[in-house]
Amino acid sequence: MLLGFWFSPFVKRVEWALKFKGIEYDYVEEDLTNKSTLLLTSNPIHKKVPVLLHNGKPIAESLVIIEYIDETWKRNPILPQDPYERAMARFWANFIEQKVTKSTKEALVSQGEQQEKKVKELKEAMDVVEGEAKAKLNDKTLFFGGGNGVGYVDIVLGWTCNWMETIEEVGGFKVLDPESQPQFHKWMANFREVPFIKPTMEPKEKLVEFFRMLRQDRLGLVANK
Amino acid sequence: MGEEVKLFRSWSSPFALRIVWALEIKGIEYEAVFEDLSNKSPLLLQYNPVHKKVPILVHNGRPIAESFVILEYIDETWKQVPLLPEDPYERAMARFWAKFCDDKVLTSIWSAFIKQGKEQEEALVAAAENLKFLEKEMKGKKFFGGERIGYVDIVLGWLANLVSIFEEIVGLKIVDERKFPLLYSWMQDFAEAPIIRDNCPPRDKMIVKFKALLDAAIASSSSSSK
Repeated sequence: MLLGFWFSPFVKRVEWALKFKGIEYDYVEEDLTNKSTLLLTSNPIHKKVPVLLHNGKPIAESLVIIEYIDETWKRNPILPQDPYERAMARFWANFIEQKVTKSTKEALVSQGEQQEKKVKELKEAMDVVEGEAKAKLNDKTLFFGGGNGVGYVDIVLGWTCNWMETIEEVGGFKVLDPESQPQFHKWMANFREVPFIKPTMEPKEKLVEFFRMLRQDRLGLVANK
Repeated sequence: MGEEVKLFRSWSSPFALRIVWALEIKGIEYEAVFEDLSNKSPLLLQYNPVHKKVPILVHNGRPIAESFVILEYIDETWKQVPLLPEDPYERAMARFWAKFCDDKVLTSIWSAFIKQGKEQEEALVAAAENLKFLEKEMKGKKFFGGERIGYVDIVLGWLANLVSIFEEIVGLKIVDERKFPLLYSWMQDFAEAPIIRDNCPPRDKMIVKFKALLDAAIASSSSSSK
């Protein structure tokens, strides 16, 4: 069972991992304003989604859940087998979380000078991502997972394919640039087309509407009096 | 076998110390390369161009950075004295707690040390809430790993020696023995474990270092509020 929000990129990651391995699961849509007892007892520390419940036992934190999924269902491995390659995959996942995901979140809910600072950090992080994409990807190797198959890093970075544009629009900044990030944009195009991923992408207008509300709420702005 | 293991560290980095402890616990031979972080070596910058930090583990010429990533690599490469549990669910729990320790416990306790006034008060409240969760998780075990030191103990280990240093410098109690008896006794047991005790930076040097950091933080915050 997976507890989630439709708009959460962290929940989407876990869904991608489950679908990649062909694991059947029940999805429970939580209400952000009225969290279920199950959610609050399954994740009492953070009270957040995603939470995976396997045979009744709860696991929280998207990256922890994905590693659990990979270790429990052995088919279609998400992480590489070799310990050094695994370390590299974990390193990049960590970089993405600390520098791309975190900075994007912070840019979304800030403004003025604060936001400028976050956008600058985000741009620098994207330069590093482009560098890594240039180094690892080519016509034969479409994904960071190697070859034609997505892997851990792809799944962790995948939220950028749908949410980055949305957050740029809502936050009023620009970080994506096909000219300075050609390999990254190629990767995004390929990721979006992966058969089990394509149907999961939420419509942009729906996401924009939701995140606009979220930003206004966080900034304490009043939409319409 | 021709194994070559090098650890780039500084004398005081609590993150590098995690790797020292892991290598020592597993009895892995390694060469420690001490870095002066105010004057980073070309080799450090070459091995960790993204973050330019320690720790970096170099195994047979291949570098790995980020303490959690290194710990998992060590556990997967040298199978003796496992740090993570075998069961996938228990492993997930260990990884969850390790993340909680760094994201919440470390952040709030660091803020409680380095900030002043209202920010410090708020940090102390947050720290206490986070410590409550840890206290509950101990539930009668000697270590988070069970009978012996494991992954979560190593990740949280900085608590055992840094907290009393912070408390001495700012004159505040952060981990109150009466409120957190299990955690407090964990801190004693951990600090007294031979491998940990023999691999801790000198206390007096640490006090000097962190006092200087605090003084610098106070100076910069008072000059920016002018």
